[in-house]
Amino acid sequence: MSVVVKIPTQLRAAAGGEAEAQIEGATVQEVLDGLFERHEELRVRISDDDGSLRRFVNVYLAGEDIRFLDGLATPVADGAELTILPAVAGG
Amino acid sequence: MAVSHLQCKECKAEYPLEALYVCERCFGPLEVAYDHSRTGGDVGELRRRIQGGPQNIWRYADFLPLAGGPPGPSGRLASRVGLPAGCTPLIRADRLAERLGLREVWVKNDAANPTHSFKDRVVSVAVTRARELGFETIACASTGNLANSVAAHGAALGLESYVFIPADLEEQKILATGVYGTNLVGVRGSYDDVNRLCTELCAERDWAFVNINLRPYYAEGSKTLAYEIAEQLGWELPDRCIVPVASGSLFTKIARGFQEWTELGLLNGELPRMNGAQAEGCSPVASAFADGHDVCRPVKPNTIAKSLAIGNPADGPYALDLARRTGGSIDAVSDDEIRAGIKLLAETTGVFTETAGGVTTAVLAKLAARGDIDPDERVVLVITGEGLKTLDAVRGTFETSTIEPTLAAFEAGVSEGVTA
Repeated sequence: MSVVVKIPTQLRAAAGGEAEAQIEGATVQEVLDGLFERHEELRVRISDDDGSLRRFVNVYLAGEDIRFLDGLATPVADGAELTILPAVAGG
Repeated sequence: MAVSHLQCKECKAEYPLEALYVCERCFGPLEVAYDHSRTGGDVGELRRRIQGGPQNIWRYADFLPLAGGPPGPSGRLASRVGLPAGCTPLIRADRLAERLGLREVWVKNDAANPTHSFKDRVVSVAVTRARELGFETIACASTGNLANSVAAHGAALGLESYVFIPADLEEQKILATGVYGTNLVGVRGSYDDVNRLCTELCAERDWAFVNINLRPYYAEGSKTLAYEIAEQLGWELPDRCIVPVASGSLFTKIARGFQEWTELGLLNGELPRMNGAQAEGCSPVASAFADGHDVCRPVKPNTIAKSLAIGNPADGPYALDLARRTGGSIDAVSDDEIRAGIKLLAETTGVFTETAGGVTTAVLAKLAARGDIDPDERVVLVITGEGLKTLDAVRGTFETSTIEPTLAAFEAGVSEGVTA
């Protein structure tokens, strides 16, 4: 399964300037792990020590917040788009 | 000015006063920090300076994040002062208090702003800062009131504006936005979808999204509600504030305003108990409060209180902490209670509020019925918006007598009074 991960501007410096990355994986967790393998610095930026997402990080699969799906265990389809965004917007 | 830098609320990393809103290290929210070492000093003099200021939020310029001071005749932006917000009435609501078995209730009627909601406070600050930073286009993701305000401020200042709203918003709020000549974009989805889209768009356009990349400045505008309440109470703190909660920003910034003034010696005493108000159809913060959680699980909103319909509240964790820290709460009320709240406020105070105000009033009634409020407390109800913007909420809630234009018809048809 190959997924397009969209990287927010705030993380691009830690991702070699990339705005998106093509990553293999069958679940959101696997895709994020693949992303962290490629850009190790991203792991500490958006993950807590226990491996869960920091509370001000939102991850969307095809526009849907993964907390409405199966969270990090949500399966991803080939060609899907995974978007990482800051949670501190709006209101 | 006392404004100093931006600081991450989580890890305390510092950033320059630019259009930034997220900590690059931990993704936490950035907040404006001040150095009040030169603001303080003589409390009497500081109070006199505030009282001698203009009758709008710029009287509190010392506590707002503008590098160049307030816009006005003596400022750089001389002829373009925009739509000054604030200095709205604080009304003693004895009839409402009596109905609820309380002694002292005040209504802060923020519908009395230029576009009829508290959003003019935050937009005034954000847009003024956006101009300082050189932006030529302003934008927002809105549940309605912010849309009105951004469009109006864009018109007043001659800035281009883009306003993004859920396509199914109340007609009144759509009409009261489009009339200002903005670029109005209805998005097929919820507010949270609109917000996600705008967060993505924010990275692609050189625009000042007031509640995204300008959010640290924007949020500061809400502190002026606290300043006004304290000043209008004769430089005293209330015992309790009831405030609607959508993202949680207004709720937390009102407390921050009281806190700052207490630290400077302008006010004395404890922070008021802070009670947040949500609609049951969108109550992620109230649910987390009830369940003892520190973070909010997002929800899909379904409530008539569309201005509060944020299922994924950015400041949820901070709102929870504040309510717990001050001995307050976050409560939720049903749509029927919201309609009853609108009616209760209207019938006892003459203030006609929108659904968000119905939520706030209904939560006050709920707290009073539950015995949470000591009768001796001084309570402030923060009414954030105007009833004319959500007319559907009151449609069919009363009867009208229709008669022929004769005395006889009046005597025959209405002798017992029009309303029950």
